[in-house]
Amino acid sequence: MTTRVGVVTFPGSLDDRDAQRAVRLAGAEPVALWHRDKDLHQVDAVVLPGGFSYGDYLRAGAISRFSPVMATIIEQARLGMPVLGICNGFQVLTESHLLPGAMLRNNHLHFICRDQKLRVENATTAWTSDYQVGQEISVPLKNMDGRYTADPRTIEELEAEGRVVFRYVDVNPNGSINDIAGITNAAGNVVGLMPHPEHAVEPLVGTGRTDGLPFFTSVLKQLVSS
Amino acid sequence: MARVVVDVMLKPEILDPQGQAVQRALPRLGFTGIADVRQGKRFELELEGPVDDAALARIREAAETFLANTVIEDFTVRVEDGQ
Repeated sequence: MTTRVGVVTFPGSLDDRDAQRAVRLAGAEPVALWHRDKDLHQVDAVVLPGGFSYGDYLRAGAISRFSPVMATIIEQARLGMPVLGICNGFQVLTESHLLPGAMLRNNHLHFICRDQKLRVENATTAWTSDYQVGQEISVPLKNMDGRYTADPRTIEELEAEGRVVFRYVDVNPNGSINDIAGITNAAGNVVGLMPHPEHAVEPLVGTGRTDGLPFFTSVLKQLVSS
Repeated sequence: MARVVVDVMLKPEILDPQGQAVQRALPRLGFTGIADVRQGKRFELELEGPVDDAALARIREAAETFLANTVIEDFTVRVEDGQ
């Protein structure tokens, strides 16, 4: 049976179609999920895509986090279902408290849009097993609220447990603590990051490389072997 | 109708680049002597019923779970005078 990976569309999501395409290129079946439908339609994993759900009103991700589909996703994520949050999806994951910390306005107050180099720090999560620790990848980054923050105890815990999954290399684009670009929960099934792997899955577009594809092949492998 | 005001501010230890940008602009406009600016949010909630303890408790719950993200923000709840 084909592996089914759901991609949620919130009002204001932008990158849901690219995420679906990435899922398909990796060999899985993308399933469009709608924010008002709490049914996950038998998907095996979920991607929360980038964009500006609810116009980033209140705080980025704050309103989407209370959508009917998120109630089910939060429940299933706690039971071990792989969930990947990209950009706005990462913001939804911190607002849901599936991942610790919070996202703040970039420290220089500019919207950033460019290719960003990242270092893989953890290759054991559901979404990163097709990478090597220490590997450097380049994927697009485009956001306004990308400054990851958390209290010092949480940061210490994330670092000690190897839960920083990606770090910005060469330049910190937003003032994120410890150059953190992405993190995981303790179980390794929930991963959130600000840069956009789904925009780097074909040589024709994006960075001209396919550095983002392993996210989607990683989860596929994990689901097939489990 | 009664009005309850919820003020939400970034915690003191969180960097507020928006407040800093405002502070840097003030002297250029001739407003000197302002040492620091921090920017927050104010929510004015118009209640359908009376402001009793139960209503205030619900509003505190809304502030804690939704209006503020207590990972990065503090909030205060107060009843607007003269209502």
